[in-house]
Amino acid sequence: MDTSSDSNVSNLALEINDLVVEYRTYEGVVHALNGMNIQVETGKTLGLVGETGAGKTTTGLSVLRLVPDPPGIILCGKIKLNGEDILAKTEKEMQKIRGKVVSMIFQDPMTSLNPVMTVEEQIAEVIEHHESITKEQSIKKAREMLELVGIAGTRGNEYPHQFSGGMKQRVVIAIALACSPSLLIADEPTTALDVTIQAQVLEMMKNLREKYKTSMLMITHDLGIVAEICDMVSIVYAGRVVEHGTLEDIFDNTRHPYTEGLFNSLPNLADRKTKLKPIKGLMPDPSNLPAGCPFHPRCGYVLDICNKEKPQKIYRTDKHYTECHLYSSKSMVEGKVIGR
Amino acid sequence: MSKPQPLPLIEAKNLKKYFKTKRGMLHAVDDVSFTIERGKTLGIVGESGCGKSTMGRTILRLLEPTAGQVYFEGEEITAFSQSQMYKKRKDIQIIFQDPFSSLNPRKTVSEAISEPLKINKIITNKEKRMEKVLAVMDLVGLAERLANTYPHELDGGRRQRIGIARALALDPKFIVCDEPVSALDVSIQAQILNLMKELQETLGLTYMFITHDLSVVNHFSDEIAVMYLGRFIEKAPAEELFENPIHPYTKALLSAIPMPNLHHKMQRILLSGEVASPIEPPSACRFAPRCNMCMEKCKVSEPAFVEVSPGHYVSCFLANDKAREG
Repeated sequence: MDTSSDSNVSNLALEINDLVVEYRTYEGVVHALNGMNIQVETGKTLGLVGETGAGKTTTGLSVLRLVPDPPGIILCGKIKLNGEDILAKTEKEMQKIRGKVVSMIFQDPMTSLNPVMTVEEQIAEVIEHHESITKEQSIKKAREMLELVGIAGTRGNEYPHQFSGGMKQRVVIAIALACSPSLLIADEPTTALDVTIQAQVLEMMKNLREKYKTSMLMITHDLGIVAEICDMVSIVYAGRVVEHGTLEDIFDNTRHPYTEGLFNSLPNLADRKTKLKPIKGLMPDPSNLPAGCPFHPRCGYVLDICNKEKPQKIYRTDKHYTECHLYSSKSMVEGKVIGR
Repeated sequence: MSKPQPLPLIEAKNLKKYFKTKRGMLHAVDDVSFTIERGKTLGIVGESGCGKSTMGRTILRLLEPTAGQVYFEGEEITAFSQSQMYKKRKDIQIIFQDPFSSLNPRKTVSEAISEPLKINKIITNKEKRMEKVLAVMDLVGLAERLANTYPHELDGGRRQRIGIARALALDPKFIVCDEPVSALDVSIQAQILNLMKELQETLGLTYMFITHDLSVVNHFSDEIAVMYLGRFIEKAPAEELFENPIHPYTKALLSAIPMPNLHHKMQRILLSGEVASPIEPPSACRFAPRCNMCMEKCKVSEPAFVEVSPGHYVSCFLANDKAREG
């Protein structure tokens, strides 16, 4: 199945192949990523969905080569950004890439801004680093960026504490977009915000994405946000993609029991009487992952083989695959194996 | 002869909680009234800073109300002395949002759960107390082997179960649940919500469920109140509120929920701006600066909280006019 990636290599903004990342701590080795595979097509948005500890943020940090080392080690695998091998770059080259080719928005806008710098200085800092322009010009551009994210440019000389949570997240987005990167990694960008503010920020991100044709990796746990903003979805469990496909594949042709479990855990607005069907048990400890399929202890459809062998990829279409022992290539197409 | 109305378990009348700040009085809860029937759940939704948590704490008198009364089974608990209130608290409990900071890190699970029993001198015999602790742990789905572990050894879901067990240890009648599942992953969130619902059915508990998550509150509540800058702006039975929202803020709030479904697209109402300051609010509709239906009178006077259909209350001039027209 390797042929597909070679033929359209130019179409991929980001390609991660078999990435393995470990955190080696005194308490043991934490297996954060165990053969992570994702592809973000140029101009498209991929949603990376999973729960706490699934390895979503580590994936984002790996692309920027910001995995804290020690204790983090990128053991093996490939990360290609616009066809270029990120893992072969020197630190100096990486500094030219971060912010210019790829930017990351972090979850918590309260802690990702510098409290003792004005917001325009923080935006200008990125611009000055990547472009040879004067301080004045960079401040002017910083103010334009503020306007772009819906903040009056005149507020540029204020400090982060003078802004509300939603405004701070807009500033963070302005910093990330200041040098028009081709790939934006957004790590739970609206989780800390209220719903009405979340709606505003998502709308703005959609508009900016259209305007700049930015490719996006959207890290989230919220399937509602995925439905709204993503083109493709990868469901992550214990550091691996367990199901991947287009929005329609994942939402309407769900195959993996974990994906089903995520949907069943959500309260349904249309039908308030049905009881929630949570996934039993807890996320496995990443320093002590179960043998075979890591989801088997929580799976309602578990087979004898599940605790012995790791499942292989099975394709329904050339875009939609899952890693689960329940399926043969025939039943993968037909579906009706799980309840959803 | 008319049948006497059953006494509501809890009733709040014109409850107010103001905080003194350097810039003036902060109206956190501003003239809120409601009743909750025995065995029912009142959901309170609103965005950060709308006063929902302050209200929860004021009802338990963890914060003293600035004005207004709270009645519990017909008794005015706001008139109680400290020692009377102390005794009453075993009937009225609270579950906090953050299972990471609401537990004492130096107490084991069983110590944390037995503490309220000890303090209230409910069970003085140590062995009997341990029996009760284990019974409550079983009730909330905590394995017996966890009795001697410390909170840091446990995950968020289990910690929240300790919080629930602590609240249940005293066999309370009423529990204020302040964002009990917000800090948890979706699969764990569903486990805890199911647990709380089962407990309500088996123990006949009454809940006040405070949250910012509209899909959770819909799933959980019999009645829902929407709060904005310290006031209730709409209150209705859960189904009615979701099917027939009237206040422009409620409508915007409902439309802002991202739906995990590809075939159910709602027309989104985007609100401009953000919540205004709760310090010395003007006597006008508090939502007026962000409202897309704002009229002249909204900026100069405040609409009353009126019943537009049975059990459905709204505070908006548009709705009031409609109700008058009949």
